[in-house]
Amino acid sequence: MIALLMRDLRLAMRAGGGFGLGLAFFLIVTVMVPLSVGPQAALLGSIAPGVLWLGALLACLLSLDRLLALDWEDGSLDLLATAPLPLEAAVSVKALAHWITTGLPLVLAAPVLGVLLNLPVPGFKWVMISLLLGTPALSVIGTFGAALTVGLKRGGLLMSLLVMPLYMPTLIFGAEVARRGAIGMDIQTPLLMLAGISAASIALLPFASAAVLRINLR
Amino acid sequence: MSIWEYANPKKFITTTERVMPVLWAAAAVCIVGGLIWGFFFTGDEVRQGATVKIIYLHVPTAMLAINIWVMMLVTSLVWLVRRHHVSALAARAAAPIGMVMTLIALATGAIWGQPTWGTWWVWDPRLTSFLILFLFYLGYMALWEAIDDADTAADLTSFLCLVGSVFALLSRYAVNFWNQGLHQGASIMRVGAVIGTDTEEKVNNIYFYPLMLCILGFVLLFVALLFYRTGTEIRARRIKALLARERVMA
Repeated sequence: MIALLMRDLRLAMRAGGGFGLGLAFFLIVTVMVPLSVGPQAALLGSIAPGVLWLGALLACLLSLDRLLALDWEDGSLDLLATAPLPLEAAVSVKALAHWITTGLPLVLAAPVLGVLLNLPVPGFKWVMISLLLGTPALSVIGTFGAALTVGLKRGGLLMSLLVMPLYMPTLIFGAEVARRGAIGMDIQTPLLMLAGISAASIALLPFASAAVLRINLR
Repeated sequence: MSIWEYANPKKFITTTERVMPVLWAAAAVCIVGGLIWGFFFTGDEVRQGATVKIIYLHVPTAMLAINIWVMMLVTSLVWLVRRHHVSALAARAAAPIGMVMTLIALATGAIWGQPTWGTWWVWDPRLTSFLILFLFYLGYMALWEAIDDADTAADLTSFLCLVGSVFALLSRYAVNFWNQGLHQGASIMRVGAVIGTDTEEKVNNIYFYPLMLCILGFVLLFVALLFYRTGTEIRARRIKALLARERVMA
């Protein structure tokens, strides 16, 4: 499992900047927002938590097609499926690698981009905490979507259509934590719901992803 | 006699074709009767005037929109457990009907909302979750279309339906939490509202009976459409198999 994790991480680091690509996309989305809605500081400050969440979500989404498709093309997925390691574990490790290469950098970059968007000071902590709790769910749910569409030639757009509705609860609760935190409201309920969604997704969805992957490899 | 007999495509087609004329006729009688009763023989509501009468289209389609997804969930499970092709094809046949019902519910809701709430659209939890449901239908249908192999497509869409149901339910509660709504709560199927013991908003009896007739009509219409479309899917599958066999023979 650790070998697989290290392999995925190394591939992401070396193969054409997959590591920084999601981060750069996040930066660009964040820069585009003031350009599109105008530079008023008060307006930007009030929408900043939502924009950061949406940017992180899109960055996660767009990096999903690399998650399984490359391994599908060169046949290493077939090897993984026949390996002694259960496919459920392999899928979980792949989701973890995706999170480390995409989700974690986003969490760390969010405060910097928060400065650009004039995020209120108490918001920094909660944007980071909510992204830290929420991005693992985004990776795991995305792995399910990637497994569904792995056999398709041009599955990218279809995968977005399938994955986005599944992202909605995570986005709602995550952005709610960040928004409430930024204006100093009580955040306990959405925070617990967000943590619950993440925990349940991590625990249950790898089974669905592995089942779907087996169907596709049949 | 058990329901699994109808898992045989031939048996399914012959039986449904026998009952379909009855279903079409009953659906037409109920819908036409319910709409005429509702539109011309019930009075205008005190505050809303005649706009209240869109309820006869709005409520049945909205109920079907949700229940068709539940039906797809059940048939998907049946396909995954017992591998009956008719079941998978029924789920496939139901999805476009469900999508159209969602769309009608959203459109009639907007037309109703304009005069009563003063706006076509608000980000009310019920409205939002219907929009999300619509997106789920879109994704489900797109996945069916995208995959060539029939059994793989049936398996994958079944899994999408299972996982999607959980997340659709989660979204429902999430949007509830996210915004307070303008839309009234459940006011037809609540026990107290039907027997008239509670004093909260409820649908008056004058509107209740024609509404029930319309709901019945729409359910019958759905069943008839579902049988029709499932029969079409079965035949399309058979034509495909025949063509493939001919190609092998030649």
